[in-house]
Amino acid sequence: MSIGPAWYLALAAVLFALGAIGVMVRRNVLVMFMCIELMLNAANLTLVTFSRVLGDIGGESIVFFVLVVAAAEVVVGLGVVVAIFRRRAATTADDLHEMLG
Amino acid sequence: MNVLLSATFPDAITFAICAVVVLSGGIGVVTSRNPVHAALNLVLTLFGVAVLFVEQHAYFLAAVQVIVYAGAIVVLFLFVIMYLGVDRQENVRSEPLKGQRPLAFVLMGISLAGVLALSATSDWVTGAHKVAGGLTAGGHTDTFLLGKSIFTTYLWAFEITGALLVIAVVGAVVLARRPSGVHDDGGPPAPGGPSLSARPGGDGRAERAAADDTTATAEDPEQVEVGR
Repeated sequence: MSIGPAWYLALAAVLFALGAIGVMVRRNVLVMFMCIELMLNAANLTLVTFSRVLGDIGGESIVFFVLVVAAAEVVVGLGVVVAIFRRRAATTADDLHEMLG
Repeated sequence: MNVLLSATFPDAITFAICAVVVLSGGIGVVTSRNPVHAALNLVLTLFGVAVLFVEQHAYFLAAVQVIVYAGAIVVLFLFVIMYLGVDRQENVRSEPLKGQRPLAFVLMGISLAGVLALSATSDWVTGAHKVAGGLTAGGHTDTFLLGKSIFTTYLWAFEITGALLVIAVVGAVVLARRPSGVHDDGGPPAPGGPSLSARPGGDGRAERAAADDTTATAEDPEQVEVGR
């Protein structure tokens, strides 16, 4: 028999927590993007696990769409980062404080 | 919680190795000071998740995960890191917001412990079975079933996804395009300092050419001096 879903879900929860900690702790914009990818992967892992346990193809379809949307998000996000870096040599998210008032 | 021991040995050992790979990659992404190292650790995590997809018989998604994520997205990350030249080490010691990091760890620790405790004391997975279609219907492979599901049930969402990708590509081109009016000097100039002329390569030359309003002899600084 294969491994039960509890282990996969626990692993995905820990991975999601790692990604969230990274987004909150890191200041480099690119590394924050990578941590968002970590959280997306944790969600994908839970969706595949639910899909297997419930015998339903819908979870895997949602994972497919999540992959596509993640690719689009990374493309637009990195475009924004390139545009910001072109106007000002801002390395971290703390350097972008124009809206501070 | 005895499920891991009651599984067959190859499954258990595969899951254990993949869990270690995924978590070490995730920790590496969070703790790497160099963004390039973070990207490579991200590849590690993505491969581990892909193997876990294979372990759960989602073969097509595992292939897409490796091709799209590890093959395209991480390469895009590395491309941007190299293009912007931000592969220098980040000062992880400085902390602009006081108490942000301990608060982040405490909050995520509480959330994670809550989720795990809640799931362990109740059922991990509950719900109706086979709502959107069976996973092993008619002995077909998962690629067949996924394609059938996407191109029948979720066809409208699939079309919108295609439009979203086109919009994302156009938006990225517009965002990253060099604006015609803005001079590309790679950042704000230092006040009162000749920082830009010290830069090697084309940027300093372009700056000097713009300052002197000479275009033909801007290739050689000495000729510019003689010409004046």
